Amino acid sequence: MSSMLEVKNIQVAYGKIIAVKDVSVTVEKGEIVTLIGSNGAGKSTTLRTISGLIKPKSGEISFNGQRIDGMPGHDIVAMGICHSPEGRRIFPRMTVKENLELGAFLRNDKAAVNADMERVLDLFPRLKERIDQRAGTMSGGEQQMLAVSRALMGDPKLLLLDEPSMGLAPVLVELIFETIVKIRQQGVTILLIEQNATAALEVADRAYVLESGKVKISGSAKELSADDKVTKAYLGH
Amino acid sequence: MAKAAVATKFSGTPGQIRRQRIERIGATAISLGAAFWMLINIIESPDQFAQSAIAGLRNGLIYAMIALGYTLVYGIIELINFAHGDLFMLSAVFSSFFITYWIGADESNGFGWFAFALCLVAVMVFGAVVNVLIERFAYRKLRNAPRLSTLITAVGMSFLLNFIGLKWNGSTPRQWPTVIPSGDIYLGEIRISMLTIWLFLIGFPLLLALNYLVTNTKQGKAMRATSQDKDASTLMGINVNKTIAFTFAIGGAMAGAAGLLYQQSIGTTNYNLGFQLGLIAFTAAVLGGIGNLWGAVLGGLVIGLIQGLNDGLPIAFGQAWSQTVVFTILIIILVFKPAGLLGKVTTEKV
Repeated sequence: MSSMLEVKNIQVAYGKIIAVKDVSVTVEKGEIVTLIGSNGAGKSTTLRTISGLIKPKSGEISFNGQRIDGMPGHDIVAMGICHSPEGRRIFPRMTVKENLELGAFLRNDKAAVNADMERVLDLFPRLKERIDQRAGTMSGGEQQMLAVSRALMGDPKLLLLDEPSMGLAPVLVELIFETIVKIRQQGVTILLIEQNATAALEVADRAYVLESGKVKISGSAKELSADDKVTKAYLGH
Repeated sequence: MAKAAVATKFSGTPGQIRRQRIERIGATAISLGAAFWMLINIIESPDQFAQSAIAGLRNGLIYAMIALGYTLVYGIIELINFAHGDLFMLSAVFSSFFITYWIGADESNGFGWFAFALCLVAVMVFGAVVNVLIERFAYRKLRNAPRLSTLITAVGMSFLLNFIGLKWNGSTPRQWPTVIPSGDIYLGEIRISMLTIWLFLIGFPLLLALNYLVTNTKQGKAMRATSQDKDASTLMGINVNKTIAFTFAIGGAMAGAAGLLYQQSIGTTNYNLGFQLGLIAFTAAVLGGIGNLWGAVLGGLVIGLIQGLNDGLPIAFGQAWSQTVVFTILIIILVFKPAGLLGKVTTEKV
């Protein structure tokens, strides 16, 4: 039985600039896996490559045993990979509700979509209060909640979260991480990028440390939390 | 929120407040001036006023239909598709050949209506297909290229279509028989041509259908999402290429329909129609607020109306000054409302 997600030795470049040199990551069904590393280490590019926004120059990506590198992004979404991207990328001139509906763009099971809408609004009651507000007029924290919720509306098998706690007040960071654990309990596998490495290692099962486009260290979250090099460089102890 | 709205009519920095005041005063002055001009003309000759207004709105409807193509495409890929006016011209020539030669209808009877209906479908398909091909082969590869490259490609495409039109239509204007009934009806003293009535009966439902398509269907939602953020749309599972192609298709179909309506109501085709009407339609799109559908419709009707009134009223500058009046008013409106009549200068959190 193959892993849910298998990224094998991908290399990714923006024009001449190589953002990812050699990254291999696997994610098993039901896990929370986190990628940590400083700015420019290639974390976001790795996620963008998985969801088909960029094509890798070399390497392979497979999802449930099927090759997905080179597939157009919208087909990858159809396979059950939903991505809450860096910088939130919500649709600013649409309402919260319309944003959530777009998250479920490919789904035709109306009843289930409505049920999922209820479910995400229960996770983030704040969004319920703002349901008819234009998304671009909300605060950064609220937009972040919307970005995560919108990805959940796609009923993902694998959820890619890029810095979900970026720029949030400490109370909200806690809320986001509690929510990540809840989402996993509902049966969603998660690949998480976090700046806040301490919090990420607390919720994750396994972690990869990226540096200059390469995987530097990988292992269980527990091991990495105890690793001197990791704690010094990324956890600030 | 409600409190702030009550407390001050204007908001923002002192500079913005001053600007809003100037806008308000300018807009009031222009409206009063226009109202005064119309009023003296209504008193002078009410029937002529009504007739000129109707003729103006009829042209305005055609401008509006073309303007929609500019605005749709600009809305989704921020490209001013200069070739759009020429697509309209080719559609007019296509309609002429289709009805007169290929079907062989030359008078308004049952067969004429049949030819017209068939041509409406055919020319809309024609416009859609040509526009999609243009997008596929000329613009798609350049989607991430510098803006100027795409713009120049669009200008080149305009020339290309223009020369196809020159070859097809010939270098001089051509007269065609019309198949829509051409008589007049009278409302009191006001003469309205049947053509005008048919034009509205056919053109307006098309505008409404287009608006429904964009605001109420899943495809329309995909278009609006794509216009705001292409990567994010891909992550929603939207096929961005298909959505952009679809946008070109419906813009092209509207230009096609406009070509037929123009050819039937004016009865003449010319290879440089695209330049003449395209420029006015583009102006209409900017006037209404480019990217805004109802803005394009409003802009088209407003320009048509101004032109109609200026050309037809006893107290006015007259036909020779037609373009001058239109563009002067455009400049004045844009000075006071740079984003267009219905356009909003949006401020969004980044």
